[in-house]
Amino acid sequence: MEKQLFSRLLEGSVIKLGDDIDTDLIYPGRYVPVVDPVEWPKHALEGIDPYFPSRLRPGDILLAGRDFGCGSSRSQAVSCLKLAGIGVIVAASFGRIFFRNAVNQGLPVVECPEAHALFSDGDRLTIDLKAGRIECTDRFVYFRPLPSFLMEILSAGGLVPYTRNRLQEKKEK
Amino acid sequence: MGMTFAEKILAVKSGRTTVLPGDIVRVSPDRLMSVSASNAIPIGCFRQLGVDRVWDPDRIVLILDHETPPHDSAHADAHALVRQFAAEQGISRFFDVGEGICHQLMIEKGLVFPGELIFGKDSHTITYGAVGAFAAAIDATEMGCLWATGETWLKVPDSIKVWISGAFRPGVSGKDLVLNLIGRLRSDGASYMSVEYLGPAVINLPMADRMTVANMAIEMGAKNAVFPADKVTDAYLAQFDRHYMAVRPDPDARYVGEETINLAELSPQVACPHRVDNVLPVSELVGLPIHQVFLGSCTNGRLEDLEIAARILEGHKVAPGVRFLVGPASRKVFLDAMAADHIQSLTRAGAIILPPGCGPCFGYTGNLASGERCVSTSNRNFKGRMGNPDAEIYLASPATAAASAIEGKIADPRSYTP
Repeated sequence: MEKQLFSRLLEGSVIKLGDDIDTDLIYPGRYVPVVDPVEWPKHALEGIDPYFPSRLRPGDILLAGRDFGCGSSRSQAVSCLKLAGIGVIVAASFGRIFFRNAVNQGLPVVECPEAHALFSDGDRLTIDLKAGRIECTDRFVYFRPLPSFLMEILSAGGLVPYTRNRLQEKKEK
Repeated sequence: MGMTFAEKILAVKSGRTTVLPGDIVRVSPDRLMSVSASNAIPIGCFRQLGVDRVWDPDRIVLILDHETPPHDSAHADAHALVRQFAAEQGISRFFDVGEGICHQLMIEKGLVFPGELIFGKDSHTITYGAVGAFAAAIDATEMGCLWATGETWLKVPDSIKVWISGAFRPGVSGKDLVLNLIGRLRSDGASYMSVEYLGPAVINLPMADRMTVANMAIEMGAKNAVFPADKVTDAYLAQFDRHYMAVRPDPDARYVGEETINLAELSPQVACPHRVDNVLPVSELVGLPIHQVFLGSCTNGRLEDLEIAARILEGHKVAPGVRFLVGPASRKVFLDAMAADHIQSLTRAGAIILPPGCGPCFGYTGNLASGERCVSTSNRNFKGRMGNPDAEIYLASPATAAASAIEGKIADPRSYTP
């Protein structure tokens, strides 16, 4: 599934967010102890607006400003978005732990400072992760693609399948 | 050219003589610290990797601190899963509910030393820079994989220097220092960077203040934050009788930024809703009515913090209509504070003593009602952080918290200190 995701371009509609969206806005702390993953996407971005979870559609692209995902290391801040079907997050910059968390869970992240001003809520975007290009009908912008070892983790579907494959290869050697 | 603390330690850990910011290095941590009921996530990841045993049980620490004690069966089940995993894998450094907050325990139990590289599954892992370690937070997925492999990557960060001089005036402490710094640098001002605290006043900052100041560097986005080991570190760690290799930056190290703070010019600081970098001097907020005060958390739940509050509350009572929650950061802090009579005097003044743990900081206990205002010594005032998006959180020092508890309004602690 994730392999397929990488063999084509990512397409989706923009959900535009502001600057400094912290992990308590993405996934409020009071739900951190919730154990069942099925419940997580029901609270995605709930801290911004209680109706947000019902707005999210599979394939949607989050387009945020500065420092998206700053704050806590909670795993669910990424899981809830992934399980809600978010295809990729584009932001001017990311909180460091969130960025790593997203790659490790196989959710593509694109750092592109120019994108926020260029695209609007509801725009249909096409994103080429390898070429580093975001395109709308009449506009486009380039970004620096992730280094190849992070692309490998993403292509594998996240750090768990990536590590499992590596450990398996080691065993076979 | 000289190297910063971060460059030096990452060079050593990756087996190189030198590294530059931006280099990707492969490293093996000295210790991995993982917390709370959400340990179920890394355990789940680990189970998918096709290995039976963890890489090194002696380097793994498991702590249950966020849900103390659990308030429903789902969390109790998750705790049981962690206990079972610790037993199965022979992880002897497992600290159960009631022992205390992970970051307090790591330092207090002698599980972190200068020159070590630590990863933790909690953003405030950065606290261990207080004892001269390179400590960075990672996510649950990576923690589960690290348990299996004992190895991961790091990008060598740029470093910024915080140059500290002068001496605190009465009523001002490490919390005011770090709030002031965050207000100046903003919430992403140290993003991905190593923050290195240096300067002539550092030697006068006790370990408790160092922990507070390192702890909150994550609120400006830092990857790690460090007080390079010195005499204060050595004196604190002497109780553990262990050798370690102190790592200090070279005098000609290259920093991408420098902030200077003169402690003598510092007044009590408050971070206003809903951002940690929305910082004002307390004088601009004095008189704002409050409903709850929380003294505790990995930021300010230590013996020194409880002592400051107990002294200020001496001969006073908590204002009517204010709930004053006090959470000692660990069982040891609790016992020491009892031995010093702080717990008793705080209780007599009207405080509610909570079990050692994270509790109110992230909205697990002590939640706020809509429209309420809380002064908290914790580290985050994000909207909804204490369980209610319609409540307001003001972050402040233990002294400011105690003075505010007395008055039922935000108060300047300098009126209560000699």
